[in-house]
Amino acid sequence: MGFLEVKDLKVHFPIKGGIFGRTVDHVKAVDGVSFTLEKGKTYGLVGESGSGKSTTGRAIIGLNKITSGNVTFEGNDITANNRSRASFRKDIQMIFQDPYSSLNPKKRVIDLVAEPLRNFEKLSRKEERIRVQELLELVGLSPESILKYPHEFSGGQRQRIGIARAVALKPKLIIADEPVSALDVSVQAQVLNFMQEIQNELDLTYLFISHDLGVIKHMCDHIGIMYKGRFVEEGTANEIFESPQHIYTKRLVAAIPEIDPHKREELKKFRLEVNTEYEQAYNDYFDEEGLAYGLKPISDTHLVALPEKG
Amino acid sequence: MWKFSLRRIMIMIPQLIVLSIFIFVLAKMMPGDALSGQIDPNIDPERIEEIRVQMGWYDPWHEQYASWIGGVVTGDFGDSFRFKMPVTEIISQRIVNSFWLSLVTLILTYLIAIPLGITSGRYNDTLRDQLIQGYSYLGFATPLFIFALVMLWVFGFKLGWFPTSGSVTPGLEPGTFDYFMSKFYHLLLPALSMALIATYNTILYLRNEIVDTKQKDFVLTAKAKGASETRIYNQHILRNSLLPIAAFFGYEITLLIGGSIFIENIFGYPGMGQLLVESVTLRDYSVVTATTLLFGAASVLGALLSDIILSIVDPRIRIK
Amino acid sequence: MAEKLLEIKNLKTSFRIRDEYHAAVDDVTLTVNKNEVLAIVGESGCGKSALAFSIMGLHTRAKIEGNILFKGEDIANVAPSKLNKLRGKNMGMIFQDPLTALNPLMKIGDQIGEAILLHNNTLSKSQRREKVVNLLQKVGIPRPEHVFEQYPHELSGGMRQRVVIATAIANEPELLIADEPTTALDVTIQSQILDLIKDLKDDMDSGIVLITHDLGVVAEMADRVAVMYAGQIVEVGDVLTLFEEPLHPYTRSLFNSIPNAHGTQDKLHVIQGIVPALQNLPRSGCRFAPRIPWIDEAAHEEQPILHEVKPGHFVRCTCYKHFKFPEETKEEQHHGVS
Repeated sequence: MGFLEVKDLKVHFPIKGGIFGRTVDHVKAVDGVSFTLEKGKTYGLVGESGSGKSTTGRAIIGLNKITSGNVTFEGNDITANNRSRASFRKDIQMIFQDPYSSLNPKKRVIDLVAEPLRNFEKLSRKEERIRVQELLELVGLSPESILKYPHEFSGGQRQRIGIARAVALKPKLIIADEPVSALDVSVQAQVLNFMQEIQNELDLTYLFISHDLGVIKHMCDHIGIMYKGRFVEEGTANEIFESPQHIYTKRLVAAIPEIDPHKREELKKFRLEVNTEYEQAYNDYFDEEGLAYGLKPISDTHLVALPEKG
Repeated sequence: MWKFSLRRIMIMIPQLIVLSIFIFVLAKMMPGDALSGQIDPNIDPERIEEIRVQMGWYDPWHEQYASWIGGVVTGDFGDSFRFKMPVTEIISQRIVNSFWLSLVTLILTYLIAIPLGITSGRYNDTLRDQLIQGYSYLGFATPLFIFALVMLWVFGFKLGWFPTSGSVTPGLEPGTFDYFMSKFYHLLLPALSMALIATYNTILYLRNEIVDTKQKDFVLTAKAKGASETRIYNQHILRNSLLPIAAFFGYEITLLIGGSIFIENIFGYPGMGQLLVESVTLRDYSVVTATTLLFGAASVLGALLSDIILSIVDPRIRIK
Repeated sequence: MAEKLLEIKNLKTSFRIRDEYHAAVDDVTLTVNKNEVLAIVGESGCGKSALAFSIMGLHTRAKIEGNILFKGEDIANVAPSKLNKLRGKNMGMIFQDPLTALNPLMKIGDQIGEAILLHNNTLSKSQRREKVVNLLQKVGIPRPEHVFEQYPHELSGGMRQRVVIATAIANEPELLIADEPTTALDVTIQSQILDLIKDLKDDMDSGIVLITHDLGVVAEMADRVAVMYAGQIVEVGDVLTLFEEPLHPYTRSLFNSIPNAHGTQDKLHVIQGIVPALQNLPRSGCRFAPRIPWIDEAAHEEQPILHEVKPGHFVRCTCYKHFKFPEETKEEQHHGVS
């Protein structure tokens, strides 16, 4: 039994059309996704814009309505009804991409960080203050800054406030949706290091959503590659980066710029090969609608979306 | 685009129905009726009651509404108690006057506001901009009826440049050029008074839009292409900045209706606004409901118009 | 000897903040040659975009001092009418965000066509159209005839960026400035766009100024690299030298802080402190000093200048000679004890 199990998750958005605004079709943002998170590990969800990776994360925490499929958290189905949801809301928290817009600019840090505490725990003012100060210290901000407003912080500091909020209730799982995409590299490094530190300290599990393969490789133990709402490949970080099997993954990994100007020519040639292969083999790897097939295991951990043979 | 317009018109129908019910119920709730004030007090109150019953005064409201709306749809608003003639007939003369007054006001408003708004936005934070903004805020702060009175006093009575009441010089043959000019001459001062005050929101809105738009990236792209400042304004900034003004058009009409009620009374201009106020004071309900309904319908139509204009100029809406 | 296309000499671009001028670009001297990609690297607020905007004359309210020589002619502070003859014709610019860089109310064809029209009004409408369609084809847009009639919102981000590029190269400019051209795009699209820019460069023999924060992109594209910090160039050199032996503490820190998809590292290096805001930039001494406080003050120059350490490789300040990461220092101490 996995820590978090997602089974055949589908999130379809209706498309309204016609004179009466009836539902004429659906956008299949997430179309049958299954994966399992192990406790204390980081699972990376990768894909290009529109692949459905963020929708998947948002559906797990309940921000997007699930069309079908289920999500089991520590053995309990959290898609079933809203009442059981409430108790898990504490255990699963989310970190958002943009530290500039995800914090209410009119609230002080103490109110921002205490907000989840107020929703779930009854603390006296003094206890609350102490907890917030502890949390700020944990994320490396000075406890005196509780009376400041978000605009008084830099981007990296703001993202730490977002993290302080997320860890306030001692969650077990954090869904991080592009947590460093809006940050400069040096600030990004700070936030990534810090996320790893508190993972060890608080025994956290991450679902790490990003389009940045460098960040994903650095952070994740297991990786799932999404394309048009489906998984094309899943495996350990090593498997995905060192021996990608699906043509889509190959092309994606090949496209990452290498920080070595010597390899420029080599990489260019390699990319050309992969692109040629991609174009030639496209129909073998995708169905008539251009969607990926179901995942087939090629080893214990490595799954690839390949068509049924024969 | 046709699909969009059609859908938009369909949305309008329930709006109009709700509006008509609202107006009808409100009118019913007003104290007194035409009989209580207008009839000779010597007439036996029982007889008055009889007339009331005859007129359907005590029928359930929805039945009264049904018979009223049935008439409205066929263009029959009932008879005016005061004029003892069909409301439709009274209104048809007035509505033409009000239409022209509103149109000229609207044209004057945009004629004044658009160049000022553009200047203010293009040269923001300069003396020019501050003067224009000062004027707008003054317009915002000045009550229309006081301003209109001052205009009437100065240009109508003191200087005698404009007629002080009516909509046309009596005795002119309708259809002649003189008649047309006289009409225009009569509505110029009220229209100008209203326009000078009504410009403020268009000016300020346009200014802010331009200040916003000129910081957009596509303006930089145009600049990097080598486009001159004038060209950038004409080709890129203005069209984008005028979009919200088009969206504002419907609201502008609503404001205009509110303003015309003051203006027509002050200038003794025989339009819908004047008719409404007179009828309210005389409890001429059939006229009140008819004018209010038409005013309401005009606002709804204005909103429709601005949506359609918007869908024509903005390709992003056109597609849907 | 390579032919000099652009020469920037002691450029200082300042903005007024509360009645005081603050330099976002300070004492920048650079050259760009024909058929060369010069990458300018740095984090947000380092002045790299302000530098690009200064070259193109896109700043509206900035004080520009120093010289910007385009083919020998100084274009810093020239009249807009004169600049407009160069912009779009001899120099083109590619902007960062293709979602906002195009006019939402104008057809794609007209937007590219405008760049042609502005510099060549002898063409007929149909000739211009033909040229635009060719351009769309050149930047790899399928069905160019159809896209000509479309509006920006009907295209994907990658396609829009191709349109932005088509606009920039409409008149085959000798100098192309690309300001974070792929930051808003997915990696597979990024590699396509970068290839496109490279091909166009070879095609037109243009010089390219590539502004980016992504060292991967630099490694793929650049011939020479300038690293900027707090408005100044802290290191310049050819790409191989800079990637093999970066010298300035900032350059080295930057390299150590990127998570690399091709390498392995346990912990990323974190640069202490934050990039100072424009109003708070240190105006004297080494600007990077506050971020490497463990380095002895005496290691820094009083007025740091660029030192040529190897032909073509310049480093600002003398602190690079004494710089070590805190981890390295610890290791050494450790060794010393054992």
